[in-house]
Amino acid sequence: MNRYALWKYLIIAVSLLLGLLYTLPNFFGESPAVQISPLRMTTQADTSLLQRVEDILEKAKITSDGLILEEGSIKVRFEDTDTQIKAKDLLQSTLGDEHMVALNLLPNSPQWLTDLGALPMYLGLDLRGGVHFMLEVDMEGAVSKSLDRHSSDIRSTLREKRIPYAGVEKLGETLTIKFRDAESRTQALSELRTDYEDLQFKEEQSNNRFHLIASIKPDTLIQMQDSTVQQNITTLRNRVNELGVAEPIIQKAGADRVIVQLPGVQDTAKAKEILGRTATLEIRMVDDERDLDAALQGQIPFGTELYEERGGGPLLVKKQVLLTGERITDAQPGFNEDNQAAVHIRLDNSGSQIFKKLTRENVGRRMAILLIERNQTEVVTAPVIREEIGGGRVQISGRMSTIEARDVALLLRAGALAAPMDIIEERTVGPSLGADNIARGFNSTLYGFLAVSIFIAIYYMSFGVISVLTLSLNLLLLVGLLSILQATLTLPGMAALALTVGMAIDANVLINERIRDELRAGISPQLAINAGYERATGTILDSNITTLIAGIALFAFGSGPVKGFAVVLCLGILTSVFTAIFVSRGMVNFMYGSRRRLDVVPIGKIWIPENESARKQFRYEITNPSDASSENNASDANEPEIEEKTGKRTTQPVVTEAEAFQEKSQPAAGENTQSESTAPPKKTSVSARNKRKTAARKLKKK
Amino acid sequence: MEFFRFSRDISFMSWKRTAAVISLVTFILSVFFIATRGLNLGVDFTGGTVLEISYEQTADLNKIRDVLAGLNMTDVTVQNFGTSRDVMIRLPVMPEYSSAQLSETVLEALRQADDTVEMRRVEFVGPQVGKELLENGALALLFVSLGIVAYLAVRFEWKFGIAGIIANLHDVIIILGFFAFFQWEFSLTVLAAVLAILGYSVNESVVIFDRIRENFRKLRKVSVEKVINNAITRTMARTIMTHGSTQMVVISMLLFGGEVLFYFALALTIGIWFGIYSSIMVASPILILLGVKREDLVKLEEKKPENDGAVV
Repeated sequence: MNRYALWKYLIIAVSLLLGLLYTLPNFFGESPAVQISPLRMTTQADTSLLQRVEDILEKAKITSDGLILEEGSIKVRFEDTDTQIKAKDLLQSTLGDEHMVALNLLPNSPQWLTDLGALPMYLGLDLRGGVHFMLEVDMEGAVSKSLDRHSSDIRSTLREKRIPYAGVEKLGETLTIKFRDAESRTQALSELRTDYEDLQFKEEQSNNRFHLIASIKPDTLIQMQDSTVQQNITTLRNRVNELGVAEPIIQKAGADRVIVQLPGVQDTAKAKEILGRTATLEIRMVDDERDLDAALQGQIPFGTELYEERGGGPLLVKKQVLLTGERITDAQPGFNEDNQAAVHIRLDNSGSQIFKKLTRENVGRRMAILLIERNQTEVVTAPVIREEIGGGRVQISGRMSTIEARDVALLLRAGALAAPMDIIEERTVGPSLGADNIARGFNSTLYGFLAVSIFIAIYYMSFGVISVLTLSLNLLLLVGLLSILQATLTLPGMAALALTVGMAIDANVLINERIRDELRAGISPQLAINAGYERATGTILDSNITTLIAGIALFAFGSGPVKGFAVVLCLGILTSVFTAIFVSRGMVNFMYGSRRRLDVVPIGKIWIPENESARKQFRYEITNPSDASSENNASDANEPEIEEKTGKRTTQPVVTEAEAFQEKSQPAAGENTQSESTAPPKKTSVSARNKRKTAARKLKKK
Repeated sequence: MEFFRFSRDISFMSWKRTAAVISLVTFILSVFFIATRGLNLGVDFTGGTVLEISYEQTADLNKIRDVLAGLNMTDVTVQNFGTSRDVMIRLPVMPEYSSAQLSETVLEALRQADDTVEMRRVEFVGPQVGKELLENGALALLFVSLGIVAYLAVRFEWKFGIAGIIANLHDVIIILGFFAFFQWEFSLTVLAAVLAILGYSVNESVVIFDRIRENFRKLRKVSVEKVINNAITRTMARTIMTHGSTQMVVISMLLFGGEVLFYFALALTIGIWFGIYSSIMVASPILILLGVKREDLVKLEEKKPENDGAVV
C-alpha cells in the first residue's frame, strides 16, 4: 500500500528537475551592461549596428564581456560598473542621437539557461531601487479644454450660417448658447446637430430667454477618456526613452490612471521633470527662396530659423507661427488614393478655417510641422501644399513608408499630452535600501528555515528529515515558479516566502502527528503511515483552501506591495500542498514502502499512556484497515493482507499484533464502508473490540 | 521525543464561561481603543509624504526639524528609523506644494544643511489614493470573511462557518486593538498581515472542526462537549508544533526583517497566539452555543451504508 507507481516518481523527478533548472539563474547574479536600442521604429537594431558598437568599443579599448542582439536591442555586458559607465558615456556621445543608451543589469546565467527561458526572479522596485509613479489624467481639464474649443467653433458656425445669437457661455461641463427667439434657436439646433456629432443639445426656456444647452455625449466622453489616457501613455513612453531606462513599465491602471515604473532610476527630480513636461506643435511655412547653403555656413537670413527635418535634410523655416498643435484633434496613419502611406489629420473648426486660408495662399510651397519640446525644435515633416484644403481634413502623403506614417501620426498626436496629469502616488527607493531589503528578506527566510528545520528534524527524527527535504523542495519549486512566471518579487513577497516556510510545515506536522496517533492506537507501521497520510490529506486541503481564499482576495483588492505578498502566498500554498501531500509521500514510500519488515516507524519516540483507562482514549482512534485504504485504487486493496502477515511476525507491542489480527478476522470490515458508523450490529463494536483486545493481551502474556 | 502527553482529554469546554468573559473583555477593550485612540494610519491610507534618509554619522533630529521649520513645514514628524543614522520624516498633504516638488524641496534643503544625507526612500500618496486603499482593504476583509464562511458552510455546515468567522474576526479586532493601544503604525503591509492571519488562523479552526466531524462519526454515544474536548486535545500537539514553527519564522522576520517587516511580523505574532486561543476557546463554544449536533454532519453519510450493513 505504501508504494507509488513509477509515473508518480517520474512526476516528482521532473518537478524537482524543473524546479532546479528554473531556480538556477537566481544563483548566478547579474552583471552590469549597457543596452542600446533605436529611438524610432524606422531604424532597427541589426547586425550592422552590432558591428558599429563593437568597433566603437574596440577603438576606445574598452573590453566587453560579450554583445548580444535580441528583441530589437543590443546589450553589451561589462566586467564592472566603472567600465559600464565609461562605455555608456562613449556610446551615448556617438550613437545617442538616434539610439537610446541605457544602463542595465543582465543575468549572468549561462546562455543555454537563458535559451531555455530560465531567468532570475523579477525584482520589484523596493528590492532593486527605482521610481514608481501613479499619474491621474485631469479629465475635467480635458473636458473643459474640449468645451472651450467647441464654444469658439459654435460661434463661428453660427456666424457663418448667419443665425443670430446672444452669446455662448461655459457653465461647468455644459455650454449655454443664448438666442433671442425660438425661430433662430430651432434653426441653430438643426445646423449644429449635423455639424457637431460629439455634442448633445437640449432646449431650455426661462423668462423669455431661449437657451440651447450643449454637453458632450456620454459615449464620446468615454471615448475621449480612453484616447486621452492612451495618448498620454504614448507621450510618456516617448519621454521615458530619453531617460535611458532599460525596462520601463508604463501601463494603464483603471479608467483614468497611468502607472510608470522606472527601475534603477535614481535622479527622481529629472524623471519628474521629464514626465511633467509640456510639448507644443507648430505649423509654419518653409522658406525655400532663401539661400540654404549660406545658412548652413552660419548666415541665417532674417526672419527664418534653420532646422533639421526628421529623417531628412536641413531646411529654413519662417518664424511666423500659423497654427498650433491645439487645433489638431486627431492624427491617424492610413493611405491616400494611390495607395501610398499617408497621415490623416483632423483640425477643429477655427483650425480648418486658418488652414484653408493658409493653403489657398501657399499652393506649391512647403509647410513645416514642428515639435518643440524643452527648447528643442524638430521638424516632424515638411510636405508640399498641392491645393487649397478646407473642411479641416488634411492628408499628408508621399515619400513616406507606412512605418514613418505611423511615427508621424503618433508624434502629431502624442507630441503633447492630451490632458494634464498629476502625480497622485510616488514611491522611490534608493539603491542602498533596495540592497538592504534583499538582505532582510533573504535573512528572514534563511534563519526561519534553519530554525524550523532543526526543530522538526529533532522532533520527528527520520520523518522530520523527510519533512525538511519536502520543505526545501517546496522553496525550490516556489522560487522556480516565481522565476518562470516572472512575477514581481517585492519585500512583502519575500515575507510571504518566509511565511510559506512556516505555514507549509503545518501540512507535514499534520501528517506526522496523524501517523503517531495511529501508531499510538497500536496499528502496524505500514498501515499507520498509510492511514496518517490518507486522513491528513482532507485536513490539509481544507486548511489551505481557506488561506488561498484570503490570498486571492488580497490579490484582487490589494495594490503594489500587498499584491506582491498575495502572489507569493497563493503560489506558496499550491507548491506546499503538492510537496506535502504528493512528494513527501513519495519519499516515505521510496524509503520505507518496499520494506517487508518495517519494525518501527522512525518518527521519534512515541509516548503511550501508562494506565489502561488512558489507553482506552486512543482506541477510539483505532481504524479499520480497509477504511484507511478505501480511497486507494483497487490494485491496493489486496495489499493490507500482506502487511497484516508481516505485522504478525514483527516484535511490535502486543497490542498491535492482536489488534491487527482481530481486525482482520472481523467480517464487518467491509471493503466498501467509508466509516465505522455502519450497520446496527456495529453499534457495540468499540466496547466489544476492547474486550477482545484485553483477551488477546492476556493470551499473549501466558 | 514527544512534548505532549495527555492521558485524558482536557475539558476545555468546562472553561467556556471564563473564556467568554476573557474574550468579551479583550474584545470590548480593543473596540474601545480603536474607537478612542484610533489607528495610527500610515501614509498609505492618510495620504502625505514619507521620506527616509540616512546620514553617515548619527543624525541630528533637531537640526532636521529646524531645516524643515525654515521651509514653513511645522506639522511634521521627524524620528529615527531603525538605527540612529536613519531618519524618517512624515509630512502631511500640503496643497501649496505639488507632490513632485515637495520631496525635492525637502531633500534639497537637507542637502544644503548636510551634504552626507542620502535618500533611501520617498513615498508620496495622494489623499484620494489613500481613501481608495482603505476602501479596498475593507472590501478585501469582507470578501475573505464571506469566502471563508461559504467554504466552511459547504465543507462542514453553516454553524461551523459562523463559529469560524466569529473566532477569526475576534482575532482581527484584537490585532487592531493592539495597534490602536500602542499606536503602532498601521500600513498597507500590516493590512496584508491582518488578512493573511484571517486565512491562516482559520486553519486552526478547520483542523479542530475536522476532528470534531470525525469524532461525531466514531464516538456515537459521547456528548457533544466531550467530542469537542477530545478533538481539541488530540490536535493539541499539532497546534503547538505548527504555530511554534510559524512563530520561529516570524521571530526571524522580527529580528532580520528590518523596519518595514517589523510591524508586519508583530501583527502576525499577535494573530498567531490569539488565533490559537480563539480556535479553542471561541470557535468551539460558539459551536455549542449554536447547538451543533451529530446529525448536522453525520446524517448524510449514514443513509448510504445501511445497505452495506445488511450484507454484513
